[in-house]
Amino acid sequence: MDDSVQRKGARRGVAGRFVARRSPGGLHRRRIRLAYLLILPSALVIALVLLYPLLFEFYLSTTNMSMQRIFNYQFVGIRNFATILADPQFYEVFFRTIIWTVVNVFFHVAIGLWLAILLHRKLPGRAIFRVLLLLPWAVPEYISALTWKGLFNFRYGAVNLFLGQVDNLLNSAYGLIGLARGWHLGPISWLSDPTWAFAAVMIANIWMGFPFMMAISLGGLQSIPHELYEAADIDGASGWRKFRNVTLPLLKPVLIPSVVLGTIWTFNKLNVIYLITLGGPGDKTHILVTTVYRAAFDYYRYGYAAAFSVVMFFILLLFTVNFVKHLRGTEAVY
Amino acid sequence: MRRSVYRRAQGDSPVKLFFIYAVLIVFTIIAVYPIVNVFSVSLRPNNRLYSTSLAIIPDDATLQAYKSVLFEKPFLLWLKNSLIVSLVTSVIGVGLASTAAYAFSRFRFRGHRAGMTLFLVAQMFPIPMFLLPLYILLGRYGLTDTLLGLAVPYVALTLPFSIWMLKGYYDTIPRELEESASIDGASPLSAFYRVILPLSLPALAITGLFSFMTGWSEYIVARVVLTQPDLFTLPLGLVNLQGQFSTEWGNYSAAAMLIMAPVMVLFLSMSRFLISGLTLGSVKG
Repeated sequence: MDDSVQRKGARRGVAGRFVARRSPGGLHRRRIRLAYLLILPSALVIALVLLYPLLFEFYLSTTNMSMQRIFNYQFVGIRNFATILADPQFYEVFFRTIIWTVVNVFFHVAIGLWLAILLHRKLPGRAIFRVLLLLPWAVPEYISALTWKGLFNFRYGAVNLFLGQVDNLLNSAYGLIGLARGWHLGPISWLSDPTWAFAAVMIANIWMGFPFMMAISLGGLQSIPHELYEAADIDGASGWRKFRNVTLPLLKPVLIPSVVLGTIWTFNKLNVIYLITLGGPGDKTHILVTTVYRAAFDYYRYGYAAAFSVVMFFILLLFTVNFVKHLRGTEAVY
Repeated sequence: MRRSVYRRAQGDSPVKLFFIYAVLIVFTIIAVYPIVNVFSVSLRPNNRLYSTSLAIIPDDATLQAYKSVLFEKPFLLWLKNSLIVSLVTSVIGVGLASTAAYAFSRFRFRGHRAGMTLFLVAQMFPIPMFLLPLYILLGRYGLTDTLLGLAVPYVALTLPFSIWMLKGYYDTIPRELEESASIDGASPLSAFYRVILPLSLPALAITGLFSFMTGWSEYIVARVVLTQPDLFTLPLGLVNLQGQFSTEWGNYSAAAMLIMAPVMVLFLSMSRFLISGLTLGSVKG
C-alpha cells in the first residue's frame, strides 16, 4: 500500500532527487530487498530453532531413539504411533485433557467476564479491585503452582485449615439450634486422592488464568459505546437482555481470539500439573502434554515422545481448523 | 488513555451495589490470599513453620528466612544466572524483532501473510514438541548445560510474540514521518533508525521487559537444558528448595517473595500496554 503512495509521490515529482534517480520499478525491488534483509535475522533464528527442530521431530517419531540409543537408533516406521493409539491409557488421558481444557477455559472466561462486567461501572474503589484482581496474573506460574501445592497440603495447607474453621462454625451453629450433625466438611486429601488431585490442579490453574480474561474483557467493554446501553434502556431491556444482545455480540471480536488462544494454552499447559502432582497419584492427573514431557525427559523415550507430540499436534490442528471453519459459518449467518 | 466508563442510568440500587461489592471482595480475597500466605510463611520463625494459624503476620515475625536465603543458600548465584539468561534473551530478542516487525509493518512482500500466520501458529505447538528435538540438537553441539543454550530457546519462544507486538505499535506511527525523512534524503533504512526507532522506545522497552520476564520465570525448558547446580536459574533453584519441603518451607517462601515482588510491580505497571498490544493484534489480524 505504501509503495503505491511512494509511486504516486514520484509521479507528482514530490520526492525530488531521491526518486528521480531510479525508476519506480527499481525502487520497488529495492524496497522488497530491504524488507527481506530486515526479516532475515529473525527468520534465520526461527528456522534454526523452531522449524528445523520441528522437522527433526517428525523424523524422530519414526525411530526408536532413546537415551541409550542416541546414536544407534533404528527406523521403525509407524510403530510408535501404533503403540500410542493401541494403548487404552492414551484415550483416558486424552479424555482427561478435554475435561481439563473445557473446565479451565470455561471458568477463566466466566469468572473473568463476570468480574469485568462488575468492574465496568462507576464504583468507589474500582481501581484497587482491578489491581488486586490482576495480581495472580503477575505471579510467575511456577511460583503459583508451588504455592498452591503448599496450600493443598493435607495437614498444614490453608485450604484444609479454612475448611476446618468453616466446619467448626457450622458445628456451633448447629449446636445453637440444637441439631445433631451427620456430616463434616474437610479435611480433604487433596493431593493423594486422584479425583481431588485433579480438582486441585484445576482450581490452581483457574486461579492463575482468570485475570487474563478479565483484563481482555475489560478492554473490550471499554470500546462499547454506552449509547447502545442507553438505547437498550429506552427499549426497556432487562440486564440479562442487555448482556445477551449488546455486550456479548460486541465483545465477540475480542473474546473469540482470546478463547482460541486460551484453549490452546490450556491444552498445552505443562507446569501446573507437573509441579503440583507430577501427574500422580497413580498417573491419574496426567494430561497429554505432561505425558509427553515425562516420556521425553524423565523416561528418555525420545522416539515415542516425538510420536506422541505429533499426535498432539494433529489434534490441535484439527481443533483450530474446525474452530475457524465454524466461526466463518456463524459469521456468514449474522 | 480513553476512559468511557458507561454509567447505568442513575446508578445501581443499594441492594445491587451490596452484591457487587460482596462478589468483588470474595474474589479479591481468593486472588490475593495465596500471595499473602507466602508472605506470612516467609516471616515465620523456623520452629513455627507448621503453624496451623491463619494469621497474616505471625506474632513472632522475623526476617531470619530472608537472611538465610540471601546468605546461606546459593540464591545470589541463581540470581546472577537468571539475570544473564534474561538479559541475553531480551536484548537479542528485541534486537531481532525490531527490524522484522518494521518490515512486516511497512512493506508488502511475498510471504507477508504467511509470516504473520506462522507467528500465530507458533503459539500452537506444545513446548515439548520443539524442546525434545532442540535438546538433542543442543546436545550434539555441546550447548546443553550452558547459559547460552538456555537463552537460544528463550529467544525463539519470545520472538513471534515480540514481532507481533512491535508490528502493532509501528502500525500506529504515521507513515508521513518516514516520507518526509526520505524527502530530506534519508534512505529507508536510516529513516527507520533515525525516526521510527527513537519513537518506538516505549514499545521496545515493554517488549524487552516481557522477554526478560519469560527468561526470569521459565522452569520447564530450564530444567531440561541445565543440570549442573552452579548453572541453576532462579526457578530451578526455587523448585529445588521446595523439593526439600519439610526443612525449607520458610526459605522457599522468602525466596519466592524476593523473586516475585519486583516482577509483580513491573507487570502491573505494564499490564495496560500488554492488553492493548494483544487486542490490537487480534483485531487487526
